[in-house]
Amino acid sequence: MNALQYEAPNTVKKAVALLAKANGKAKVLAGGTDLLVQLRAKMVSPDLIVDVKKIPQLRKITVGRDGRIRVGAAVSGAELGEHARVSEAYPGVVEAVELIGSTQIQGRATAIGNLCNASPAADSVPALIAAGAVCTVVGPNGERQVPAEKIGVSPGRTSLAPGEFVVDFVLPARKPRSADAYLRMIPRTEMDIAIVGAGVNLSLDGDGVITEARVALGAVAPTVLLVEEAGRALVGGKLDDAALQRLDAAARAACRPIDDKRGTITYRTKVAGVLARRAAAIAYERARSKR
Amino acid sequence: MTKYHVNTSINGEPTEFLCEPQETLLDVLRDTLGLTGSKEGCASGDCGACSVIIDGRLVCSCLVLGVEAEGHEIGTIEGLAQGAHLHPLQQKFLEEAALQCGICTPGFLVAAKALLDANPNPTETETRYWLAGNLCRCTGYDKIIRAVMDVAAEMRGA
Amino acid sequence: MASEAKEFKWVGKRTIRPDGIGKVTGRDRFGADFALPGMLVGKVVRSPHAHARIKSINVDKALALPGVKAVVTAADFPVLPSEAQFVGEGPVNMWDLSRNCLARDKVLYDGHAVAAVAAVSSDLADQAVALIEVSYEVLPHVIDVDEAMRPDAPILHEDMFTDGVNPKPTKPSNVAKRVEFIKGKVEDGFEKADVIVERSFTTKPVHQGYIEPHACVVNCGEDGQATVWSSSQGQFMVRAYCAKILGWDISEIRVTPSEIGGGFGGKTLVYLEPVALALSKKSGRPVKMVMTRAEVFRGSGPTSGASMTIKIGATKDGRITAGQALLKYQAGAFGGSPIGPGCMCSFAPYDLENVEVIGYDVVVNRPRVAAYRAPGAPIAHFGVESVVDEIAKKLNIDPIEIRERNAAREGTQTHFGPRFPIIGFVETLKAAKRHPHWKAPLGENQGRGFATGFWFNIGGESSATVNINEDGTAVVATGNPDIGGSRASMAIMAAEVLGIDVDRVRPIVADTSSVGYCFLTGGSRVTFATGMAVVEAGRKTVKELCNRAAKIWEVEPDQVVWEDGFARPASSNVGDFEPLSLAAIAAKSARTGGPIGASTSLNAQGAGAGFAAHICDLEVDKETGKVTVLRYTAVQDVGRAIHPGYVEGQIQGGAAQGIGWALNEEYIYDDKGRLQNPGFLDYRVPVASDLPMIDTVIVEVPNPRHPYGVRGVGEVPICPPMAAVANAIENATGCRMTALPMSPPVLLAAIDGEG
Repeated sequence: MNALQYEAPNTVKKAVALLAKANGKAKVLAGGTDLLVQLRAKMVSPDLIVDVKKIPQLRKITVGRDGRIRVGAAVSGAELGEHARVSEAYPGVVEAVELIGSTQIQGRATAIGNLCNASPAADSVPALIAAGAVCTVVGPNGERQVPAEKIGVSPGRTSLAPGEFVVDFVLPARKPRSADAYLRMIPRTEMDIAIVGAGVNLSLDGDGVITEARVALGAVAPTVLLVEEAGRALVGGKLDDAALQRLDAAARAACRPIDDKRGTITYRTKVAGVLARRAAAIAYERARSKR
Repeated sequence: MTKYHVNTSINGEPTEFLCEPQETLLDVLRDTLGLTGSKEGCASGDCGACSVIIDGRLVCSCLVLGVEAEGHEIGTIEGLAQGAHLHPLQQKFLEEAALQCGICTPGFLVAAKALLDANPNPTETETRYWLAGNLCRCTGYDKIIRAVMDVAAEMRGA
Repeated sequence: MASEAKEFKWVGKRTIRPDGIGKVTGRDRFGADFALPGMLVGKVVRSPHAHARIKSINVDKALALPGVKAVVTAADFPVLPSEAQFVGEGPVNMWDLSRNCLARDKVLYDGHAVAAVAAVSSDLADQAVALIEVSYEVLPHVIDVDEAMRPDAPILHEDMFTDGVNPKPTKPSNVAKRVEFIKGKVEDGFEKADVIVERSFTTKPVHQGYIEPHACVVNCGEDGQATVWSSSQGQFMVRAYCAKILGWDISEIRVTPSEIGGGFGGKTLVYLEPVALALSKKSGRPVKMVMTRAEVFRGSGPTSGASMTIKIGATKDGRITAGQALLKYQAGAFGGSPIGPGCMCSFAPYDLENVEVIGYDVVVNRPRVAAYRAPGAPIAHFGVESVVDEIAKKLNIDPIEIRERNAAREGTQTHFGPRFPIIGFVETLKAAKRHPHWKAPLGENQGRGFATGFWFNIGGESSATVNINEDGTAVVATGNPDIGGSRASMAIMAAEVLGIDVDRVRPIVADTSSVGYCFLTGGSRVTFATGMAVVEAGRKTVKELCNRAAKIWEVEPDQVVWEDGFARPASSNVGDFEPLSLAAIAAKSARTGGPIGASTSLNAQGAGAGFAAHICDLEVDKETGKVTVLRYTAVQDVGRAIHPGYVEGQIQGGAAQGIGWALNEEYIYDDKGRLQNPGFLDYRVPVASDLPMIDTVIVEVPNPRHPYGVRGVGEVPICPPMAAVANAIENATGCRMTALPMSPPVLLAAIDGEG
C-alpha cells in the first residue's frame, strides 16, 4: 500500500503540476466533507491529497464591475452565506448551499465540492444550474469554462479530465426583478440527503411577466436535470395557476428516478412537481419585491 | 507511512504533533494529544460529538485531517472552562439537567458556544436548527435548548 | 415502609449531579477514552452475507503480516451447552451469545462476526482484517417475520423446534417459541360487543441509537487475571458473560465500568469483550476494541420488527368486552425476542374480563435482538392503542374518557398473572385530561392523538456500601453504571438518610471487585432497587453512628436518636448531652470501634408499575406526506421523583425515541439481506429541529414498597408515542396508518389512496 501524501500548494499552477504528476491518483481537498468520509470507507484510495485551501484566489468572492459574481472553489457554505451581495442576488443558491449538512458541515463544505462529488441529490446543484453558474476548470491543457449542468455525468463521476479541477464558479450579473429559490424534500428537518430537490430562477418584466426561467431538479435522475420544458412552461405569463400546473406536469414528466432507501419512483415524481411549484412561487415573490 | 509535522494552536496553547495524512484531527486530538473530550460517534459528520472550533468556525473534527490544522486556532471542549471557572453554558447545563449520559455534551457545548458567538439572541427555532448537527439520544433536546437560550439571555444581561 | 409525604431535605430537589463537572468539561472517560501501554487494536471480520455456511477460514496471511499479534475465531471459544442462564436482564442462552460474538458453522446476518485480529495499529488491524479469507456457501435468507414463519422458509437452526407448542413439532422451524396469556373467554366478549375493530400492523426493526459505540480495553495478565474496562449497562453482567463464553472462572475477571454514552438496553449484552479477552490472552498484551458506527448498526442488537393483529370489542358505553392480540416478533439470529413482555404489556392498562394474547418468537437473518427500552411493549402498545382510538372514534367517546372507563386500578387482575397493587393510571389519565394541551385549538391539516403505556419495572439484586470518611463526608458505592443521572439520586437518598448536605456525599460506581453484586442497569430498576440498597446501607450506618454516640455518652444505644445529621439523646431523661454531628462522631471513630460504614445486598421486591399518557399534536403536509410535530405532552406516574430534573429528562428522552420510531427510524435491507442504512445519515433519529419542547407532567402515586415511594421511570415513556403519533395522523388526515415508520412516502401514498 502506497504511503498517502499530502500537499497544500499556494498557487493554481503548482496545484495543476501536482495533479499532473500524480497521474490520476490524486484527490483535490477543499472542504473535505465528502472526501474524508470516502477515504474512511475506503471508497477511494488516492496516493496524493492536494489541499487547495492555501490558494488565495480560491478563497475569495469577487463581484466584478459587470456585476458577475465569482466564487472561489474553496469558499465554505458558511462564508458564502455571510456574503451580503451573493445572498441578495442569488438567495436560492445561498439557501441551497446552506442546506448541505449541519452547521458543522457548513463550516467546511464548498459548493464546488458538492457539485464535483456528483451526487444526483446534491443540494447546491439544482440551484447552481438554475442560476446559470459557469465553472472555471483548469488543468494541464489550460483553462476552460463549463456550465454547472455539464459537470456531473453520472452518479459520482464528472466530465473533468484527469488532472483538471474547478477553481471557481461565476454567477451571471443579476438582471433587475430576478430571483431564485431552492427547496428540497427530506423526511426530517435537517441532516438528510434530498429525496427531491428543485431550483427555480426567474426574471420578470415590469408587469410581473416571466421573461426568463430556469428549472432544475435534483435526485430524480442519475444527474441533476436542467428541465428546459419546465422553464418554457413559465415564460411569457405571470405565475398563475395554469402556469403552475404546466410547471408541475413538465417537472414530473422529466423525472427518471429510482426506488431506493430514500424514496420511491412514485413519490419522487409527485413531489418533484410539488416542489417545482413551491420553489417557483418563492422565486416569483422574491423577484417581484425587487426593483 | 510518513508522518507530517504540524504546528497549530489548541485552546490558545501552541501545540505541535506528528501525524499520518489520513489521520483526522479527531484521531490526533484523542489518540496523540490525549484530549479525549471530543468524541467519535460516527466518523462521518452526522452526529456532531466531535465538534471543535477552527478559527472561529464550528466544524466536525472527524472531517478535518490532522495535517489541515497547520497554522490554525483550534478550540476544543477542554478549553471552554477557564481553569476551575466553568463557562456559563457548562454551568447552565448542570443546573438545568441538560445532559444524561453526557457523551454528546462536549459537542453540544462547543456548538452552543459557536452559536452564541455568532448570534447572541437566537430564537428557539434558530437554536434548534443551529444544533441540528448534534445528535442526542437521551434528552429529546428539550433541556439542552432551554439551557442554551437561558445562557443567551443571561449573557445579554436580560 | 414508605415515608410519609413530608418535606424532604433532598428528595425532590434539583441538585447538581456529582459527576456533572467531568461531563461538561469532557474529562470523564467513556469506553474509548482509555488506553494502556503496549495496547493493541482489535478489529472484527464480519460476514457480508445474510445467511451462509462457513466452509473455511484461513488466517495465515493475516498472521503473517508484521505487526499482527493475534487472530481468533470461534474455535478459540469453548463449546457450551445450549441453555438459558439467568445472569443478565433476562434468561440468555450462553451458547447463542457465544456464537453471536463469533460465528460457528454458519453466519446468520450481514455483519455477523466471524473472526478478529489484534495488531499494533488501527491501520494494520484493518489490513489484517482484509487478509482473512473466509469461504462461504451462501444460503437463502429470510428477514420478514411472516415469511420466516412460512413452512417453506429458509431455516436458520436445524435444531430449533418450537417451545410452547403441544405436541412439540418434529420438523425444525424458525419459531423459537410460542407464548399465550389468556383470561376469560374472548369469544364471549366479542359476542357482547356493539362494535368490534380488527386491524393488522407491521413495524420495522429499530436501533437503540446510543451515540457512543461499543468499546472496551482489556488486559490478560500472565497470571490468568484479566481486567476489563468497558462501556456497558452492567459490569457484573460483562464479567459473568465473558467468563461463561470463555470458560473461565468469574473471579478471574475484574470489570471496571467506564462512563457509558447511552445504552437503552442495547448494552446489556457483550459483543466485543469476550473477543478482546481472547485476543489479549493470545497476544499477551492489552487490547482495545471500538465499534465503528456501521458496526454498531450491523453487529449489535436492534429491537424486533413485528407483525401483529389486534382485535378489540366494546359495548356502546365504551366498556371493552374483549381484547385479542396475535403478536409475531423478530428475534434476529437467535431466539430471544421480547415477545413475553410485549404480550403482557399489550392490554395491561385496562381492566378486562376477556383477554387472549398469543405471541411468537421468530428467528430471522438480521442481528440478534437486544433489549430496547421497555422491550416488546412499544410495539404492542402501538397496535392496541391505535385500535382503542378507533373504537373511541366509532363510539364517539373522548379518547381519554374511554381509557378512564376501562382503566386498571388497585386490585385489577391482569391478563398475565399478578393483581395490581396501588398504581397511578387513573391519576395519570386525570392529569392528562386536565392539561391545557388537551383542549387547545388545532389549525388546518393539524391533528391530535392520545395514547397510553405501561411497563412493569423490576427490582432485583443490588448492593451498596456506605462508608463514612474521617471528616464526616460519605462515600456511597454501588455497582450500577449511571445511564441517566442515577448517581445524583443515590447521593440524594444517602444524604436524606444520613441527614447531611448532599455535597458531602460522593457516589461512585465501583468495579466488580469492590462492591457486592448488582444486577445490571435496566428495567428502570436502579433508583428503585439500588436506591433501596443505598437507603438500607444508610440506615445501618445511622444505627452504627447512634451506637458510637451511645459509647461516647456512655448510655444505651436505644437512648440515642438520629435527627437531621445529628445524634441526640432520645429524651431529656437520657442526659443533657450536646447533639453530636456526623462529622464529630467520625472524628472519634478510631476510639469508638473503628471505621464506620455498612454494606447491604438485597433482592428488591415490590417494584412499582408505571403508567404514562401522551398527547401529540402534529401537522401533515398533504402534498408531501411530511409530518411536523407541533406540541407534545407526556404525563407519567413516577411514584416519587427523587430528582425531578432527571425524571423529566427520562420522560422526554423516551418520548423522543418513540417519535423517531413512529416517523422515520427503520432498518432497510436489500434483496440480499444486507443492511442499507448503517449510519446516522440514513438511519434517521430525531434531530433538534424535528421536535418541539416536550412538556412533562409528573404524577406521584407513591409505591408503598420503596422507602421514598419510587417507581421506575425510564422505560414507560417510550410506550405511548407511536400510537399517539399514529392517532394524531388519523385525526389530521383520516388515514389510519398500520405500518411503521410513517415516513413521508408511506404517508403520502396513504393520503393519495394508494396505500
